[in-house]
Amino acid sequence: MATREIISTGNELAAIAAVDAGCMFFGGYPLTPSSEVMHVVSDLLPAVGGVAIQMEDEIGGICAVIGAAMVGQRALTATSGPGMSLKAEQLGLAQMAEVPLVCVNVMRGGPSTGLPTRVSQGDILQSKNPSHGDYKSITFCAGNLAECYTEVVRAFNTADRFMQPVIVLLDETIGHMHGKAILPTVEDVKAGIVPRKQFDGPAEEYFPYQCEHDEPAVLNKMYTGYRYHFTGLHHDKNGFPTEEIETCRKLIQRLEDKVALHEDELESYEEFMMDDAEIMIVAYGSVSLAAKEAIRHLRAEGIKAGLFRPITIWPSPAKKIKEYTDKIEKVVVVELNIGQFHSEVQRAAARLDIDGLFKVNGRALSPHEIVAKVKEL
Amino acid sequence: MAFNYDKYLRLEKMPTLWCWGCGDGVILKAFIRAIDKMGISQDDVCVVSGIGCSGRFSSYVDFNTVHTTHGRTVAYATGIKLAQPDKLVVCVAGDGDALAIGGNHTIHGCRRNIDMTLLVINNFIYGLTNSQTSPTTPQGMWTVSQKAGNIDPTFDTCDLAIASGASFVARETMLEPKKLEKILIKSMQHRGFSMMEVLSNCHINLGRKNKMVSAMENLQWIDDITISKKKYDALSEEEQLNLLPLGVLKQDLEVREYCDMYDDIKAVHQGKRGKITQDDFVKKI
Repeated sequence: MATREIISTGNELAAIAAVDAGCMFFGGYPLTPSSEVMHVVSDLLPAVGGVAIQMEDEIGGICAVIGAAMVGQRALTATSGPGMSLKAEQLGLAQMAEVPLVCVNVMRGGPSTGLPTRVSQGDILQSKNPSHGDYKSITFCAGNLAECYTEVVRAFNTADRFMQPVIVLLDETIGHMHGKAILPTVEDVKAGIVPRKQFDGPAEEYFPYQCEHDEPAVLNKMYTGYRYHFTGLHHDKNGFPTEEIETCRKLIQRLEDKVALHEDELESYEEFMMDDAEIMIVAYGSVSLAAKEAIRHLRAEGIKAGLFRPITIWPSPAKKIKEYTDKIEKVVVVELNIGQFHSEVQRAAARLDIDGLFKVNGRALSPHEIVAKVKEL
Repeated sequence: MAFNYDKYLRLEKMPTLWCWGCGDGVILKAFIRAIDKMGISQDDVCVVSGIGCSGRFSSYVDFNTVHTTHGRTVAYATGIKLAQPDKLVVCVAGDGDALAIGGNHTIHGCRRNIDMTLLVINNFIYGLTNSQTSPTTPQGMWTVSQKAGNIDPTFDTCDLAIASGASFVARETMLEPKKLEKILIKSMQHRGFSMMEVLSNCHINLGRKNKMVSAMENLQWIDDITISKKKYDALSEEEQLNLLPLGVLKQDLEVREYCDMYDDIKAVHQGKRGKITQDDFVKKI
């Protein structure tokens, strides 16, 4: 496949990716360290006939995005921790009503206002269940500049496939990192767009929420003669509120199963020097870059370390993690929080002796810190 | 011949969950007749509602309909409108929905002057959740959350909309459905943000504890506190104090609509015009 080189930042690449992937709407609110995404789409979208609007608050931003997505457009919002907290209820509506959208979260220190300009990976668990209730989140995590682009493109196609929000996590380091990214061509990205399914039969035979137990709703574009109802309430095959016991049970189970039974379609990870690894480092986002550097140092000293890097964070690549943790004794999860993904690795591994190297002071982890930790194992 | 509503109703959803004697049904019928008179195809209308009794409005009418979260109606509608600006977007919200939890979106929808009608059904109380204080509950009335009497000062929906920049602001009651129908048509035909407040009764959750046990008593009270704008304007400030004027309170045909203005942004980025500057606006600060 042909490629191209762009010198840019992670945030800018995420914005460019959205437009290349056919996004026509952005709604958001300034939030450090994600704001550059809005700055860039506010130039790019009107140029292609789209709209970027700065709303009155984070909630308004995602509401407008869901509205545009209900009409039928590919739509994006971008934010950071405090904004994610504010958007949570609306993400729940998008899960319930099955409205596809992409939400980029450039992680900063939390909780609360935290460390606005400093790096963190503290939103891993939040991205699993941002809203109340049962549903299955889909979350990708960019581990380098190129992935700020490719994961946003994948997120749009995934959102339309599964008809639900897809969160793309960047961290402040990746978002503000400036450098060269090797990207697929725009033509290839356009050719890879899989638009959301549409029903083209007669309107009286259209039931948007009547689908197989593991399939998403088929939501036709608004104003096309297929009139139906969106709601955050439990709803029937037409989208109308219902409390009918079996309909309610089936709906929520389907929201779970449409993702849970198709995890193989979503699984994505990188294995770095894992072939002969005797020590496995699990890291993602910007930390994985430090981990790779650490592994080069360790290997030079004859220590056989390797990196397992989840790219799809939720649902996690649990099977692959188990495969490795069954044969590798020494496993350390390295992350910029106090063990948020570590707990998932322990769960997947069914082991309680997984080690961890955690940092929560707003500073990046250096390769040397990782080297020192590995030597302690 | 009597008007036949069937074409516009989702008949399988009838009867509504609204209480016996509730004004919401009268408003719903006036809205349907207004749409019918305007001659717009049902496919070209989107009705967006929030949470509360008024929130169910959208599920009863056969248009493209969206039942959103509490208070966010105008924000959802903003995305819906900008995504396809040639369609008619009507928001339906209650006083709690539009003025309390959703107050900020109401203010900024008005400020942007984006083309939509916000129909605020004001029954002066949180009805669906059993009598909690709303921003329009008169001071001194009993609510379940202020049993000693409500001390919270009240909002005037229309004053708020006028101050926030809505280009069309009107108030009517459900007591005169024909008038309501006409003013609804005006509000929906207006290009820009239309605040359409409709006063309605909730004898169940406002009236019972405030000496208005029946729908008729509650409606009599609404009649007593309202007066046409023409008569209102002729009154002294003292006489105006406990009255709400009815009719079109503001219509500004000069101020530009938001989607139209956004077309200028598109034109700039597509190289079809120069950058927007302060010289493009009469009001500079």
